[in-house]
Amino acid sequence: MWRRPWLKAIGLLGPPTVAFCVVYLGALAALLVSSFWTVNSFTGELVHQWTLDNYRIIFSLSDPTYLRIAGRTIGIAAAVTITDALLAFPLAYFMARVATPRLRGLLFIMVVLPLWSSYLVRIYAWQTILSGGGALDWSLGKIGLPAANIAYSNWAMWLVFSYVWLPFMVLPVYGALERIPHSYIEASRDLGARGSRTLRSVILPLALPGIVAGSIFTFSLTLGDFITPLLIGGTNSTFIGNVVYENIGINANVPFAAALATIPVAVMGVYLVIARRLGAFDAL
Amino acid sequence: MKRIRKIHVLVLALVAALLVPAAGVSRGNGTSLPTKIGKGEGSLNLIEWSAYSDPSFANKFEKQTGCTIHRKDAGSSNEMVALMRAGGGGGGGQYDLVSASGDASLRLIYGGDVQPVNVNLIPSWKDFLPAFKSPAHNTVKGVHYGVSVQWGPNTLIYNTQKVKPAPTGWGDIYSGKYKGKLTVPNNPIQIADAALYLEQTKPSLGIKDPYELTKSQLDATVSLLKQQKPLLKRYWNYATDEITSFKNGDVWMGAGWPYQTLQLQGAKAPIKEIVPLPTTGWADTWMLAKKAPHPNCAYMWMKYVTTPQVEAKQALVFGETPVNPKACPYMNKIEAGSCAKYHLNEPASYYSKIKFWKTPVAQCGWQPGNDCMDYSAWQRAWTEITG
Repeated sequence: MWRRPWLKAIGLLGPPTVAFCVVYLGALAALLVSSFWTVNSFTGELVHQWTLDNYRIIFSLSDPTYLRIAGRTIGIAAAVTITDALLAFPLAYFMARVATPRLRGLLFIMVVLPLWSSYLVRIYAWQTILSGGGALDWSLGKIGLPAANIAYSNWAMWLVFSYVWLPFMVLPVYGALERIPHSYIEASRDLGARGSRTLRSVILPLALPGIVAGSIFTFSLTLGDFITPLLIGGTNSTFIGNVVYENIGINANVPFAAALATIPVAVMGVYLVIARRLGAFDAL
Repeated sequence: MKRIRKIHVLVLALVAALLVPAAGVSRGNGTSLPTKIGKGEGSLNLIEWSAYSDPSFANKFEKQTGCTIHRKDAGSSNEMVALMRAGGGGGGGQYDLVSASGDASLRLIYGGDVQPVNVNLIPSWKDFLPAFKSPAHNTVKGVHYGVSVQWGPNTLIYNTQKVKPAPTGWGDIYSGKYKGKLTVPNNPIQIADAALYLEQTKPSLGIKDPYELTKSQLDATVSLLKQQKPLLKRYWNYATDEITSFKNGDVWMGAGWPYQTLQLQGAKAPIKEIVPLPTTGWADTWMLAKKAPHPNCAYMWMKYVTTPQVEAKQALVFGETPVNPKACPYMNKIEAGSCAKYHLNEPASYYSKIKFWKTPVAQCGWQPGNDCMDYSAWQRAWTEITG
């Protein structure tokens, strides 16, 4: 066997390749195919006839319900990504370049600590914090500010999403920042650049792949979520995931749900192409 | 995931060719009703609302019959339907009974997920209140697809400290007086509540039945619900969500069930409810899965839970009303005055004012033709309102 390296390669790569093709690509193909079918609304049985009806309903301009939902989902995912990038960069910079090894370890633990508890528990905790008479309004009252009153709103969702996905942004940004050789920064200083110029011309461009890599996580995780809108959202908070869930539960209308689910797939596809251009895959 | 893989198999079109004739055979055999309950199979798998097989009465059943109960609690009607349709439908050969509410039961019947039940094997059935012997939500063309078990009205819950004077009718959740402090369920069947309100306030629409709406009637209802939306704090998804919202004061008034009121009052919250008539209500049915693996235990369970003593116990555990009026004295024995509190002693005219949930279908009951909007149209309309 050792004399035939191709045999070893097949043995090593074969199982994951098969699993990838069957489980991953197979499921995606099934999703795509079934989105062109419909369901008999009376019996709930699948009708195996090719039709674009599902897409026509989703992209209908006369009734933009689904376009509105898709727009809201993508918009909030983008807002969460930008917020996390702004929050994560200074923290990661401090961890990578300023903190002592001891403090760095402590900060690492603090960043990933929330991941040790269940996602649901943290969302319910936020529900309590944000609700009327909760910790947020109470603290604002103590310092003489009016109550924020943002329970069950898109603001609340933005806040909670930004919180739950923050570790996924901090870690890749930290990785990118840590890899910048100190000599680059010294060279920049030797050439007379101030701190802000060094940050703009040296550190940020080199950290960008890390930020983009982190944004893949924060963006895609928000895009696919449906529990936070359910528990934290208000009357204008339906996400694509919620509509998918409702369509599968209610009429067993899997084809329509599949058609809707292709939107995040397409959005992520475009996003990943752009991310690759920006070198995010080298930072992962 | 399971669902997608199944479709994947169908794409290959190989197994599909084998499945179709197989399904036809099993359907042909399932039509004859059993004439007696045979020996128990030792096991019973339920899809239920939480506490519908509460150990306080289920333990005795298990001891008597030797049928060990395995429970799957569902959080919503949609989840129940999804569970029944998983694994090829009909309960997937895994589940025996489902405690379906009226907004799910017709979907299960027309979807072929449940099978006819011989009500003569359920001795208490003849004692049921007339409204629950053959209700439209579980009996189609005289064929029973299960036995009714419990019911309750949809109620208007309010905070007694914030809402003054007390509300008088459903109009209060469509008016702007408590803007931003209202809540209603996140469920397409909520359209019926608005339709019932319009039936009273706008006779010109000609609504005859809040579950059988024509296109124009549905459109009018949708526009009322769109006007209501800015008044709401949120749409609640689970009963516990509504309880939390009332408890911490985010919500002052909303539509709910007696269950939430009881839980809130139990937690000493300043909460009361009224039942403005007419109102919508729910009624639950134990339905027999088409591919039930333990039909004898299932029949024994239907027989057991409809007996007066068990009906009374279950009603007080969950906060709902039995369908068997003989449960009344047993209820009073457990909690004095509870029979009247849950309206089990009301005359028949009371029940005609409660419009029980049923799945909307295209065939209108009040006029010939298929002009009514079916459940998928309701679902789309609900997404349009809430999305």
